Amino acid sequence: MIEKKNKMTLVVLSGDMDKVMAAYIIANGAAAAGMEVIMFFTFWGLKAIQRGNLTGKSIFGRMLGVMNRGGVDAIGPSRLNMGGMGRWMFKLMMKMHGVTPLNELREAAIALGVHLIPCQMSMDVMEISCSDLIPEAEEPVGVAVMLEHANESSIQYFI
Amino acid sequence: MTDKPALSLDFKGLLCPMPVVKIAMAMKQVKVGQTVEAVATDPGVMADIPAWARTSGNELVELEKREKDIRFVVKRAK
Repeated sequence: MIEKKNKMTLVVLSGDMDKVMAAYIIANGAAAAGMEVIMFFTFWGLKAIQRGNLTGKSIFGRMLGVMNRGGVDAIGPSRLNMGGMGRWMFKLMMKMHGVTPLNELREAAIALGVHLIPCQMSMDVMEISCSDLIPEAEEPVGVAVMLEHANESSIQYFI
Repeated sequence: MTDKPALSLDFKGLLCPMPVVKIAMAMKQVKVGQTVEAVATDPGVMADIPAWARTSGNELVELEKREKDIRFVVKRAK
């Protein structure tokens, strides 16, 4: 039996602005309360730790890179995006109300020592290389490493 | 009465999760036993700062809702 630590593991599958925002807010809150925080980014979630450059090697990979642009500034909300208008409106409204923007939330999480871990298999499939990720992203790993973290954690979330 | 705070911070206008993030960062700047004072405007602070103190193991010394803002003092416990 593994002893639970004061630790939280988040699996971030979604690449939508609202869901990524929730993930970073939860991570910040937990890290601020002294918890060790692991964020495991898989599939669309990788966009939350991408630098935002065009990615891909093959024709399909490059197409995906264009249609699925990464980076916290490029991602839109899961509903009402309306071809980018929703993203613009939400960003403006959040600014009006003084909500901390996504890039600053991510910076705060990094400053509090949150671990940002990419999924190796998703990176392979989507043709995203380590140089396409922000420098704070750690070495890509697989499901076994994520489960080891989750097993030791007292809180696990899948977003 | 408590001793004079080692740090005095302005969290006015900040929304969740920043008051909690900034108070956690401030704890790292002071010594164990020292206090940090902050003023915020987000009403969520009234519930969130006590919860943060309980989870992080720091001591909430004061929390008061004033006419235009909320003032709180926390002591670094460890």
